[in-house]
Amino acid sequence: MSVRHISLRSDNMKPILEVKNMTMDFGGLRAIDSVDLSIEKGQIVALIGPNGAGKTTFFNCITGIYTPTSGDIYISPNGESDKQERINGLKPNIVTRKGLARTFQNIRLFTSMTVLENVMIGCHAVTKVGIMGAIFRGIKTKTEERFIVEKSYSILEKIGLAKYVDELAVNLPYGAQRRLEIARALATNPFLLLLDEPAAGMNPQETMELDELILRIRNTEGISILLIEHDMKLVMSLSEKIYVVDYGRKIAEGTPEEIRHNSVVIKAYLGEEIGEECDA
Amino acid sequence: MTAKHEIRKSIIASIWFMFLTFPIMVIKVNTVTNTIEWRWYNMALVGIGIFFLSMLWRYLLKKKEEGGKKEKKAGLSLIQRLLQEKQFALPGMVIIAVITIIFPHIFSMYQTNIMISALIFVMLGLGLNIVIGLAGLLVLGYAAFFAVGAYAYALLNLHYGVGFWIALPIGGILAALFGILLGYPVLRLRGDYLAIVTLGFGEIIRLVLENWNEFSFGPSGIKNIPKPGFFGIELSMQATTIYIFYIVVLLVVFTIFVINRLKNSRIGRAWTALKDDEIASQAMGIDKAKTKLRAFALGSTWAGMAGVVFAAKTTFINPASFTLWESVIILCTVVLGGMGSIAGVIAGALLLILLPEYMRDFGEFRMITFGAVLILMMIFRPGGMIEDVRKTYKFEK
Ligand SMILES: Nc1ncnc2c1ncn2[C@@H]1O[C@H](COP(=O)(O)OP(=O)(O)OP(=O)(O)O)[C@@H](O)[C@H]1O
Ligand SMILES: [Mg+2]
Repeated sequence: MSVRHISLRSDNMKPILEVKNMTMDFGGLRAIDSVDLSIEKGQIVALIGPNGAGKTTFFNCITGIYTPTSGDIYISPNGESDKQERINGLKPNIVTRKGLARTFQNIRLFTSMTVLENVMIGCHAVTKVGIMGAIFRGIKTKTEERFIVEKSYSILEKIGLAKYVDELAVNLPYGAQRRLEIARALATNPFLLLLDEPAAGMNPQETMELDELILRIRNTEGISILLIEHDMKLVMSLSEKIYVVDYGRKIAEGTPEEIRHNSVVIKAYLGEEIGEECDA
Repeated sequence: MTAKHEIRKSIIASIWFMFLTFPIMVIKVNTVTNTIEWRWYNMALVGIGIFFLSMLWRYLLKKKEEGGKKEKKAGLSLIQRLLQEKQFALPGMVIIAVITIIFPHIFSMYQTNIMISALIFVMLGLGLNIVIGLAGLLVLGYAAFFAVGAYAYALLNLHYGVGFWIALPIGGILAALFGILLGYPVLRLRGDYLAIVTLGFGEIIRLVLENWNEFSFGPSGIKNIPKPGFFGIELSMQATTIYIFYIVVLLVVFTIFVINRLKNSRIGRAWTALKDDEIASQAMGIDKAKTKLRAFALGSTWAGMAGVVFAAKTTFINPASFTLWESVIILCTVVLGGMGSIAGVIAGALLLILLPEYMRDFGEFRMITFGAVLILMMIFRPGGMIEDVRKTYKFEK
C-alpha cells in the first residue's frame, strides 16, 4: 500500500485548513480551548479523543454551525498562500459553498427523499436555477436538472450505492446510510471532507470497505479528509497525522506511530484501545 | 382490550355526561308557578346517546389502529390512486375542463358567482399551500396579503384609474413585498412563534385599514371598483360574471401549473429538504433564510392576485372581508384538503366555501361544525382528505 501516506507539501504552500487558537465557550463550559490544527492539501488527518472531548463541537465551529468564541479559521482551497481566507462566523451554507463538506455523527439524511434525491440536494451548492427558471423551465433549467441527476448518479456509482438509487433513504441499512451521507457531501464539490465518526455502528466488513472508500476519495478526487473516529484501527491505518483532544484541549499531535506511543494519550484513554488494537 | 372493558368505559362516559348535563337537561324551573320540573327522561336520553356515541368512537379508533398496522403502504385512497393512474389523467382532465367551460352557461348567475368566490379561495388555498405544504411554514394571517392585493387595486384605480389587468401583477408584487418585509425579520422563528407573529401581522393590517380613514376610507370601504375590462367593450352584467369566472379559472390553472413546476425543481427540493432537516440542508449549501423567504413571497403573491380578483368581482371592499376568520378558512382548506396536495386543497376549498353557501340554515353551527370536523380529521385522517404523496424522482438511465 504505497499510496497510503503521501505528502504534497512544498515550502511556499499554505495548509488548506488552518485553525489558530480556536476557543468555544457554551456559557461557563469551555468545549474547545485554544486548539490549533492544520491540514495540508491531500492529507488525511484524524481528530480523536474520549467522549465529550469536543470533537463534534470542533466540526460545528469550522462548518459555521457555531461561531467560535475566539480564534481564527483560515482556508486556502488550493494551498496557495496568497488566497487564504478567514471563515469564522460565516453561515453553514456559505462555508459549504467555499468547499468544506461534512457528515453528521447522528445521521441526518432527508428522510422523505430517495437516495438519489438526497444526493441531488447536495448539488444545490453548485447549481443556481431560481424561481423564474423553475417556472419557465427553459433550456438552461433542463440542462441543469440533467446535470444534477447525472452527477448524483455517478457519485452513487462511485460510492457503491447505485443499486439503491430509487429507494427511500430511511430504508437503507445503517452502513449504507453512512455512505450516503458521504455521497451527499461529495456532491457539493468539496476540497475538504469532514467525517464525523463515519464507522460508528458499522460491522468489521463495512468498516473495511469504508477504509478503502475514504482512501479512494482522497486518491482519485484529491479531496483532503478530516476524520473523527473512535475505531482506532481505521484511524491508524488511514491517517497521516493525528490530533488528540481531551476536555477541549489538544493534548498531542503527530504521526500514528508517535501517537501510539505517546504517554499522555495513553493516559487519556486509560491505556485501553490505543495500545491493543493498533498492534493488530 | 376486551369488549367488556370498552363497555365499562362507555358506561363511565355516559354517567359522566349525565352528571354534567344534569342542571340544564333535567332541572327546569317554572318561574310562573315557582315549581321545579324534573325531566328524568332527558337524562335517560343523554345516557343512552352518549353510551352509543362512545361505543362508536371506540370502534372507529380501534379500526383506525388496526388499519394503520395492516396497510401502511397500500393505504392510498381511491382518489390518490386515480390521480396517479396515467390512463385516467387525460380523460379526467378533459371532463373537468368541459364541466368548467360550460358551467356558467348551464347554471344561473347566482351559482356562477358563488363558484367564483369558491375559486378565489381555491387560489388562496393553493397560494398558502406553497408556504405551508411545500415549505412547511405555518402562517396564520394570510388574509392580510389578500387585503393588500384588494386594496392595491381599489386604491390604484380610485386615484390613478389603473385597470384590472395592470393591477393584477402590481397587486401580486405589492403583496410579495409585504411578505418579504414581514418575512425577513420573522422567518428565523420556528413553528408556533412564526404562526403567532403572522397572526399579529394580519390583525395589524386589518386595524390599519379600519382606522386610517384618509388612506383606506376606514370601515366604510371603497365602492365602485370596476370589473375587469374586455378590450374596452362594455359587457352586460351576465357577460361580466362569466368573464370573471373564466379569468379565475385561468388563474387557478396558472397557479396549479406554477406549483407543479416549483415542486419538481431545485427550489422545491430545497423546501422539502428544509422541512426534513434544517441543519443538514444548510450543510448542503441551502440558504435557509433566502429559501424560506422565497416561499413566503410566492405565497403572498398569490394572495395579492386573488385580492385583486376579489375586489374586481365584488366591486366593493372593506376591512370586514379580511378578518382572522378568512385566514382561518384558508388555513382550514389547506389542512382539511391535505397539506401539499394540489387536488386536496382544491377539494378542501370547494367544500368549505360551497357547503356553507348551500346550507345557509346551518350557518349558525358553522363554527362548531368546523371545529368538530377538524378534530375528527386530525384523529382519523391527519394527512387531509386527499393526502399528498410526494412524487419521488425516479431515475432512468
Ligand atoms: N450546544 C451546546 N451547548 C452546550 N454544551 C454543548 C453543546 N454542544 C456540545 N456541548 C458540550 O461540549 C462538550 C463537547 O461535546 P462534543 O459533542 O463536541 O463531544 P465529542 O468529542 O464529539 O464526543 P463524542 O465522542 O461523544 O461524540 C460536551 O461536554 C457537550 O456537553
Ligand atoms: Mg461527537
